[in-house]
Amino acid sequence: MENKRTCLYDKHVALGALISPFGGFDMPIQYTNIVEEHNAVRKACGIFDVSHMGEVLVTGPESEKFVNYIFTNDITDAPDGKIYYGMMLHPTGGVVDDLLVYKMGDKRFFLVINAANIDKDVAWIMQHAADFDVTVEHQSDKYGEVAVQGPKTEEIVERILGIPCSEMQFYTCKEIEYAGETIIISRTGYTGEDGFELYGSHEFTNAVWDKLVGSGEVLPCGLGCRDTLRFEVGLPLYGDELTDEITPLEAGLGIFVKLEKENFIGKDALAAQKAEGLKRKIVGIELADKAIPRHGYDVEADGKVIGTVTTGYNSISTGKSVCMALIDAEYSKLGTEVAVRIRKKVFPGTVTKKRFYDKNYKK
Amino acid sequence: MSKIIDGLFYAESHEYVKIEGEYGYVGITDYAQHELGNVVYVDMPEVDDEVTAGEDFGAVESVKAASDLISPVSGVVVEVNEALNDSPELVNADPYENWIIKVQLSDASETENLMDAAAYKEFIKE
Repeated sequence: MENKRTCLYDKHVALGALISPFGGFDMPIQYTNIVEEHNAVRKACGIFDVSHMGEVLVTGPESEKFVNYIFTNDITDAPDGKIYYGMMLHPTGGVVDDLLVYKMGDKRFFLVINAANIDKDVAWIMQHAADFDVTVEHQSDKYGEVAVQGPKTEEIVERILGIPCSEMQFYTCKEIEYAGETIIISRTGYTGEDGFELYGSHEFTNAVWDKLVGSGEVLPCGLGCRDTLRFEVGLPLYGDELTDEITPLEAGLGIFVKLEKENFIGKDALAAQKAEGLKRKIVGIELADKAIPRHGYDVEADGKVIGTVTTGYNSISTGKSVCMALIDAEYSKLGTEVAVRIRKKVFPGTVTKKRFYDKNYKK
Repeated sequence: MSKIIDGLFYAESHEYVKIEGEYGYVGITDYAQHELGNVVYVDMPEVDDEVTAGEDFGAVESVKAASDLISPVSGVVVEVNEALNDSPELVNADPYENWIIKVQLSDASETENLMDAAAYKEFIKE
């Protein structure tokens, strides 16, 4: 099947980006150099085309009740403009997808889902919506999206785009009129740095890209460094740390699961898992050597395989070879000595926190 | 434009070997280092390990991916480039100056199975 292209595809080609398939789209992986792009976001400002992300609007009298039923976090009585991170679960507790829910207004919720899961998620949402008095609109084709990330972003968005944003709290959004259309801006991201994400028409998305990149102050950044950035601060990627087979509790994301909430899909399975205790957990591992533990490599201890690497890199910000791995819970205590098999050799390491670099959010 | 040096022999998997007497210096080509991007680790064999033409002897790792190193020649490793342990980025800076292993060749005629500079230049154009 032919991959889809975002509304910024021609810009990526013109910039000479390395293009690879991701989540059913042909996406820019890097423009010039993944390390420079990574560092631009840590130290200044970078822009990502994230138009591949999916958007679903849920409205109607029972929209709050419905979203609460399919979502692990609790959106009851959410103030307008507040954003919640959480997951949609299978009845087994495995993850259908992780997503953001934007409370846009009265009985109006904007769901942002992963590109690779758009078809699966929309079918899932539609299927369960049938029992509620809600309207579900799939809007992925309508919206382009860019993420502008890094410590200089607030000042740049205000000055170059003319969008006031310094008053916005972390994980909030607002709708504003811009060049004749209603766009959404949110103080969110996937890099561990302060930043904003902007949703609007394809024309708007192209105009924002041109203004920011054209200014010379904002570096185009590919999905390559988006992954290294999110990894360093311990953020999960669906497909690596979250899958149909891994629960949010195993992934260490229990704070986004409100088991005290009345009911939601997967609640019983997670409550049972919590009561029984976790058999496996996602941990951080730091290797002594510079060899790089990568997705799928075996983790070993006591002469046997105890788990699998979910994501690993030589961290660009710290220079250390580190990974997140799903391992037997009995080895998950901080400081436990484990090893990762990399090709023919076994490299020793220790269990650490899975945040390898501190987040720098504006609260 | 990737740099290619006359007098070296090149493999389709983008390693080169530079022959000096009974020894061969093996590394990756400029084309390969460019395709890989920032090299952050070189997994090298030990001195006295045997390598076989067409078989892997280690890997070069960039930020995004690991790429196996395939030996273009057979023989015994007599030296590894220790400088790459601390500074793997030397492979990006000058991949021909910064060879990876030095091999005592067991069969000098194996270079006949490799490409010369002109043939490799054509090969990477495709």
